[in-house]
Amino acid sequence: MNLTVDVQEQENKAIVLLAGEIDAYTAPKLKETLLSLTEKQGNKVEVNLEQVNYMDSTGLGVFVSGLKSTKENNSELKLVQLQDRVYRLFEITGLIDVIDVDKTVQGGY
Amino acid sequence: MDALKLDLSHYRQLLKQYIDTQDESALYEAEQISKRSIQHNISLEEIINTHINALEGIYPDLPENIQHSMSFLLEVMISYGLALQEFQDLRESQLEIKSEISVAARMQNTLLSTVKPEVEGFDIGVVSVPANQMNGDYHHFIHHTDGTVGITVADVIGKGIPAALCMSMIKYAMESFPSEHKNPSEILESLNRVVERNVDPSMFITMFYALFNPAASTISYSSAGHEPGFYYHAADDTFEEIRAKGVVLGVTDTAQYRQYEREIHVGDMIILLTDGVTECRQGDRFIESEEVLEVIKSFSHLPAQELVESVYRHFEKLQDFHLRDDFTLIIIKKDV
Repeated sequence: MNLTVDVQEQENKAIVLLAGEIDAYTAPKLKETLLSLTEKQGNKVEVNLEQVNYMDSTGLGVFVSGLKSTKENNSELKLVQLQDRVYRLFEITGLIDVIDVDKTVQGGY
Repeated sequence: MDALKLDLSHYRQLLKQYIDTQDESALYEAEQISKRSIQHNISLEEIINTHINALEGIYPDLPENIQHSMSFLLEVMISYGLALQEFQDLRESQLEIKSEISVAARMQNTLLSTVKPEVEGFDIGVVSVPANQMNGDYHHFIHHTDGTVGITVADVIGKGIPAALCMSMIKYAMESFPSEHKNPSEILESLNRVVERNVDPSMFITMFYALFNPAASTISYSSAGHEPGFYYHAADDTFEEIRAKGVVLGVTDTAQYRQYEREIHVGDMIILLTDGVTECRQGDRFIESEEVLEVIKSFSHLPAQELVESVYRHFEKLQDFHLRDDFTLIIIKKDV
């Protein structure tokens, strides 16, 4: 399986549409894209995971790096429209309390 | 380089045989020469040279233009020869790396080794199998002098060698804690600070820590974002997820961990695991946790060690003996 990463950039805001699986093979590419966005001062990054049907713990690592990068760059990271199985990972790992995760509604800023 | 000379007369004889008869057996023999030449590091240039010499041997009056064409061919093949040499060098250095990794894996096994405690009235089974050479799962037992047993199950996110190195750090951090310091919540809070300060941002650890008191038949535990285990109630023959709230180690330095406690009754079981167990896949289909529990139940009449090994074999077979993730399963049964 593969992961497609589609970025729509606007001023101070970026929407990342993901489709496929996030695992050890696809994570590096996602990490590169995600960090390039969160490293922009004040950028608001929204990641849509509606089409992500599988994510393993490597994927969590990518979003944790993203979160740490937002703190250093005064940017924001939000995950939206997660499938149940993916949401469960954030729930079990307690990361829903530290990362902005919106399960159902496509949120806007 | 142990370059053995190609046997010119043998080559000439074969070549002649083939030119005269177009016999398949000569072609088969040519293939063998090709394999042997690679084994003995015989260069491409040497093979072509041998071919030219053999040809000149068979046809002493070989037209000059054919001879020139052979010199031309030799020149054309030079880069291929160099590429082959490079490939052989890479193969050798890959073998070296492989053997270094297996030394590291053995060292990891020694560093992280733990002894399953013998506890009266309880039966404990453990299985932990890495998906690759090095295990990113970790489990550890500490038998305290007061008879209590500390049990750790952890999974480093990020696989392979970095994960294994990280696990060694965790083990030594835990051993440096004073011995009176054994409450699960305190241990996780201390470890969280160690991981937060010392580990790469994309790496973190999930951990379940339990303090098991066999004399009182109680277990207290805290979880740092670890895959929940299960509790089997013998009284009504049901499983219950062992939920414990807490964020993974290494993400925020202020994390707090709630501590829970429960009594263990006769015939009950405590099942601790890593996500390699619950994230098993059959083809493209994920195994639901109910299915894991059914499998555990079907073997639950066995002694704990046989029980965990049977469960492992079941899922190993289901995944065509190819684990996608490290697999760790610990079961503690209270004897009837």
